[in-house]
Amino acid sequence: MDNATPAPTTQVTHPNKKKNGWKTIVDQRYLWLLAFPAIVCVILFNYAPMSGIYMAFTNYSSSSNGYISDLTHAPFVGLYWFKYFFENDFGLIMRNTLGVSLLSLLFGFPMPIIIAVLLNEVRVGWAKKGIQTASYLPYFISWVVAANLILTMFSANGIINDILQALHITTKEILFFQNGKYFWWILAIANMWKGMGYNAIIYLAAISGIDQEQYEAADIDGATRSQKIRFITLPALKPTIMILLILSIGGILNTGFEQILLLQNSSILNYADVLDTYSYRYGMVNGMYSYGTAVGLFKAVVSFLLVIFANKLSKKYSDAALF
Amino acid sequence: MTEKLHKYFARSSKGDVVLDIVKWVVLALVLLVTLYPFWNVLIVSFNDATDAVRGGIYWWPRKFSLASYTNILQNVEFLDSIKVTVARTLIGTPVSLFVTAALAYVMSRRDFYGGKTLTMIFIFTMYFGGGLVPFYMIIKALGLINNFWVFIIPGALSVYNMILIRSYIDTLPEDLFESARLDGASDLTIFFKIVVPLSKPILMTVALFVAVGQWNSWFDAYLYTSSQSLKPMQAILVEILNQYATGDASKAAVKNATAAQAVTPDSIRMAATIVSSVPIIMVYPFVQKYFVKGMMLGAVKA
Repeated sequence: MDNATPAPTTQVTHPNKKKNGWKTIVDQRYLWLLAFPAIVCVILFNYAPMSGIYMAFTNYSSSSNGYISDLTHAPFVGLYWFKYFFENDFGLIMRNTLGVSLLSLLFGFPMPIIIAVLLNEVRVGWAKKGIQTASYLPYFISWVVAANLILTMFSANGIINDILQALHITTKEILFFQNGKYFWWILAIANMWKGMGYNAIIYLAAISGIDQEQYEAADIDGATRSQKIRFITLPALKPTIMILLILSIGGILNTGFEQILLLQNSSILNYADVLDTYSYRYGMVNGMYSYGTAVGLFKAVVSFLLVIFANKLSKKYSDAALF
Repeated sequence: MTEKLHKYFARSSKGDVVLDIVKWVVLALVLLVTLYPFWNVLIVSFNDATDAVRGGIYWWPRKFSLASYTNILQNVEFLDSIKVTVARTLIGTPVSLFVTAALAYVMSRRDFYGGKTLTMIFIFTMYFGGGLVPFYMIIKALGLINNFWVFIIPGALSVYNMILIRSYIDTLPEDLFESARLDGASDLTIFFKIVVPLSKPILMTVALFVAVGQWNSWFDAYLYTSSQSLKPMQAILVEILNQYATGDASKAAVKNATAAQAVTPDSIRMAATIVSSVPIIMVYPFVQKYFVKGMMLGAVKA
């Protein structure tokens, strides 16, 4: 942009003013330059892989000719892989996916609310800060470290088995990772453990936004602290709770991928295999590229529709929406 | 003390006393459940490996030993993996920050030609993707398999972080840009000289998000690299974990093992877990306020 031209080429005050497209693009060349790396990234790593949607309808095999050649030469099979999935493992995989994700929601959703409300009742500054900081810790460590901790705690000679035996709940150690029926519960606990402190932040923020006059008025009326929680704090949190609950509908097929891959083993796959890990194992490990992609595509499309549905619902309920 | 208690009971209703009890019990449990697993692994990692097999170590090492640590810190593979982790964090963070922040500034410009369409194109990728297999094929086609840059480039752009930065830029006073423009500053100058310095708080937050993500990543290495020299610490830890998980069936039998060993697979696993998470544990109390800020910004957006 050079010097003396009095009229700025970019008129922020009149954004709707119609202008010649090409001229604007040339004028805004530095903006395009700044956006260039991101545009290259999104094309290469987000839109180019979408070509793989076609892979789900073919029988793709990898050769030395490269991806594009392989894709164009792959025989078209229509809905074969989808039918194959629905006729075989769909029921089992869907059951496990929903099992893990609904249990995680059941455990993981209320806990941050409870932590936030109770933390708000702590009047000792350092105690509040200390507990809060400590509760974030699991969020910051990798799933690999978390999985190591969880495997240790739940192992045959781990602390959980020691406690269960000390309380005479069991007499022999439970092999938690050898029996599939424990897996969903362990995953739900793991997901809750990792996120509860961090997810409480959003509720703490909502609580700090509550008008203090309401509490003062309640004090004058002689309300107890439990009554203030019940009649002021919780109702004030209701919109946040509703929105987060609605949005979690959009993620109902998301069980988390890393944690399941790390904590599952071949002896409990009947319970531990979810959409993500199933698609990964067939697509990447077993080399059934098209089948793995078809299962992944099924999940992506259903999730996308669920997000749109949740977004509509949330728009209807409040003005908060993702897009 | 008793006076204080008297005062407390005088002004508290029965419900409030119950509330206080519930409050401290629940919060103490949260604290215990959060911290104890780390403590347990820490003390066992400092315990003699053969002795630890007997179990029953809860609060303090029974037979102190540094053998597991000297073992892994002499392991060349493990030491190399630390270098990979540090390198990917130090290179990946600024690259991602630049790509993401530059886009955020452009997207914040209401007058940017085609900006609305471009924003939609970026946001769509947050909710839909082609899947793992096609992504792998593209990575392969680009020659990024067994290449250090696979840790840096494919994840450089984060649309979520871009939205965080953009909403921060939106709060900056428009007059600043206007007067800079009148002084003849180009868009590049405005970005580097005005937007970047003024957006420091959010850029710090996003840098920390990215850095922690880089430090904790393992799946990309697991999938796109086979060469040991490219494995980051977390990927080595996964290998150790997998050896352990497959041996879990014989756990109960191992409990009665008598063979004296300086280290066991278990003790190595514990020590490696501690070494790979200590930097995060040391740093996070000091940087968490930035994360909290980011979380709140994200919450406002959502």
